[in-house]
Amino acid sequence: MTRSQPWYFLPGPAPWPVIGSTALFLMAGGAAMWFNGVSSGPWTVLAGVLIMVYMMVRWFGQVIDESEGGLYSRRVDLSFRWGMSWFIFSEVMFFAAFFGALFYARVLAVPDLGDLEQKLLWPDFSASWPTAGPIAADPFTPMAAWGIPALNTLLLLSSGVTLTIAHWGLLQDRRGALNLWLLLTILLGATFLGFQMYEYGHAYSELNLKLSSGIYGSTFFMLTGFHGFHVTVGCIMLTTIWIRCLSGHFKPDHHFAFEGVAWYWHFVDVVWLLLFIFVYWI
Amino acid sequence: MSASIHDTARAGHGGGEDHAHHPSGIMRWVMTTNHKDIGTMYLCFSFAMFLVGGLMAFIIRTELFQPGLQFVAPDFFNQMTTLHGLIMVFGAIMPAFVGFANWQIPMMIGAPDMAFPRMNNWSFWLLPPAALLLVISLFVPGGGPAAGWTMYVPLATQMGPGMDFSIFAVHILGMSSIMGSINIITTILNLRAPGMTMMKLPMFCWTWLITAYLLLAVMPVLAGAVTMILTDRHFGTSFFNAAGGGDPVLYQHIFWFFGHPEVYIIAIPAFGVISQVIPAFSRKPLFGYTAMVYATASIAILSFIVWAHHMYTAGMPVTGQVYFMYATMLIAVPTGVKVFNWVATMWKGSLTFETPMLFAVGFLFMFTMGGFSGLVLSMAAVDVQVHDTYYVVAHFHYVMVAGALFSAFAGVYFWLPKWTGRMYDETLGKWHFWLSMVFFNMTFFVQHFLGLAGMPRRVPDYALQFADFNMISSIGSMGFGVSQVLLPYIVYKAVRHGAKAPQRPWDGADTLEWTHLPAPAPYHSFETPPVVK
Ligand code: HEM
Ligand SMILES: [Cu+2]
Repeated sequence: MTRSQPWYFLPGPAPWPVIGSTALFLMAGGAAMWFNGVSSGPWTVLAGVLIMVYMMVRWFGQVIDESEGGLYSRRVDLSFRWGMSWFIFSEVMFFAAFFGALFYARVLAVPDLGDLEQKLLWPDFSASWPTAGPIAADPFTPMAAWGIPALNTLLLLSSGVTLTIAHWGLLQDRRGALNLWLLLTILLGATFLGFQMYEYGHAYSELNLKLSSGIYGSTFFMLTGFHGFHVTVGCIMLTTIWIRCLSGHFKPDHHFAFEGVAWYWHFVDVVWLLLFIFVYWI
Repeated sequence: MSASIHDTARAGHGGGEDHAHHPSGIMRWVMTTNHKDIGTMYLCFSFAMFLVGGLMAFIIRTELFQPGLQFVAPDFFNQMTTLHGLIMVFGAIMPAFVGFANWQIPMMIGAPDMAFPRMNNWSFWLLPPAALLLVISLFVPGGGPAAGWTMYVPLATQMGPGMDFSIFAVHILGMSSIMGSINIITTILNLRAPGMTMMKLPMFCWTWLITAYLLLAVMPVLAGAVTMILTDRHFGTSFFNAAGGGDPVLYQHIFWFFGHPEVYIIAIPAFGVISQVIPAFSRKPLFGYTAMVYATASIAILSFIVWAHHMYTAGMPVTGQVYFMYATMLIAVPTGVKVFNWVATMWKGSLTFETPMLFAVGFLFMFTMGGFSGLVLSMAAVDVQVHDTYYVVAHFHYVMVAGALFSAFAGVYFWLPKWTGRMYDETLGKWHFWLSMVFFNMTFFVQHFLGLAGMPRRVPDYALQFADFNMISSIGSMGFGVSQVLLPYIVYKAVRHGAKAPQRPWDGADTLEWTHLPAPAPYHSFETPPVVK
């Protein structure tokens, strides 16, 4: 690279953080009001979300401009890499809390509820998974693994492959291949989300499986729901870098944003594999 | 927005635009991306929260001055203990040390600023909305959260809207900590000056590096735990509800998986400050630097596998109790290494006892006391007797107030000359120390006896036989609170009328900020990286 390689990048004063804080404050306060039946709650949340979206567009927009303007040296690039890696690590720990709850329920809580001590209280409860607990509301059918979920596994795994092919395209400066395979990745992700939405509808309308279906419903919907949220965010990130690719951004030796998004996508992929095994399959 | 590039080849920085385009007045602080400005905001915010939390403690101790109910209703009392804990932990102590990290890490490793200055600003500006949410919770129907700072279910799932505000406050505080940690890790790993190898890193930077990893690992877990409370409250999930196949004890496990590392998140940066102060006033390098690094890392790793020592009475199998008991006791070994090394650093040093050193030595004694009472509590058989009594309250105030808070005071006096270019009033500083020390012990030492005699914590009323010690404790707490007014006064006086500080006022201080930077330190610490030999 002919560009000089400065050590540091020091951005000037920025209005975005405090705008983001305002947005979060509205979202949090609004949600707390909403959940307690205050009618202005949803509108407050909406205002917060809009401000948040505005802030993200502008802040990321500025970062993109700086990046394309050649302000980011190799060292800055490395900083971004450390930052993204440890952010993903923190996301892993967030999912770990919910997986922990699932394992605890299956290995300890549910068997305990079915043991001899509890027989007096709940004589008819048999501690087998899946369960909605000793005071089960309505019976439900658990989600089968080998229908849509298996297909979804296939979709996400292939999207990891297509993304890698797109990355090769970027590395070898074959922009056509890059744009095409990246688009394919986004479409695979979107199809996954479509299937998941269908699956949720199916669960509610035909299986009588709801968020309130005891510990099974809780862990099922919270784990797959947070995962689905992450896929959505991942799709938005992929779309962003796809548009950037179309506008000629990124060079074979300078494309952290692409790689960061790819790491995130693979992380979402791995979480899904664990979900498929522990939530759907066994 | 302006941006400037710092280049090794070019001294100075890109046209000085940072200075030129600085917004002034309040907007300077709102939009700043400078690690010193942000560090100052963290420290001021922390002190403000210290006063708010202190006010709550004042209400608690006033009610407990005598047996019987005099001033507040029991429910409000519970809200006070809960918010006092939450605000002191998340609002006062943690931000104080992030403030130190912001000021010191770039200066100590020879960098101009943190790795992500804008995100750094966001980490700070997430705190005021979170604090505001906590305060708002007091004024919604049903009042603030009253389930204790640990927010145990089923209390937390049954409370009014105040709990929702607190849950969201915890989410935002968690985001702030995660961003701050990513920043600190990246800064230390990637922005060190040439020659500043990891094993030359000042101890304070090491402790923060390790703390940042703890934060990254456990803050998301806490976010998960409170999210489960939220959905249990409003969306019919059954994570913590036995009727639906869940378990309230599950909450305790998740919370303490966060909670025990959290106490080290508070303690480890405090160790870092002490590890800078003691060598400086002993005029000797830190004894056993390598051992200190490994001991700190061991403490951090061990802190992940001891959490259920908070749950001995929750109905654990005996094998579980025995495991958690021995694992907990194991932590005393690396902690012992640290205390030994601090004492060994002082051994045959040419000691002087200016205010920072007084607080550091006070820390040494008091923190060790707290460690010992922790060891007592770690014995499952003993803990069954004293769990949830004032003995526990005494324990954690020894480690968190005379430990972490004293260490923060030591740090403020130690670095104030570098930050402001002015010396503080030594006599007043010493008064601050001795008053704090005496009143602290008056408040909390007697609580050991109260706990051993069986007085439960989190109660607004108590049996008559506890009256004397409670009165002593309450008087001590008022004294402690009043003594703290000295701190802002001393800082104000130093900034306004203090004598000009030399570049290196403490003989034994040998990190980069003392050896390379004038007092007060320049706005961008190192325009070009120094070469460390
Ligand atoms: C050798 C070191 C330590 C040991 C062995 C230890 C042990 C314990 C044990 C067994 C308990 C549970 C007592 C009970 O609830 O019955 C406890 C509580 C506590 N410890 Fe420690 N501890 C140590 C150091 C620390 C440090 C360094 C801090 C913070 C800076 C700390 C803060 C706390 C807090 C806040 C609680 C009370 C939590 C609550 O129930 O609200 N401890 N400790
Ligand atoms: Cu603990």
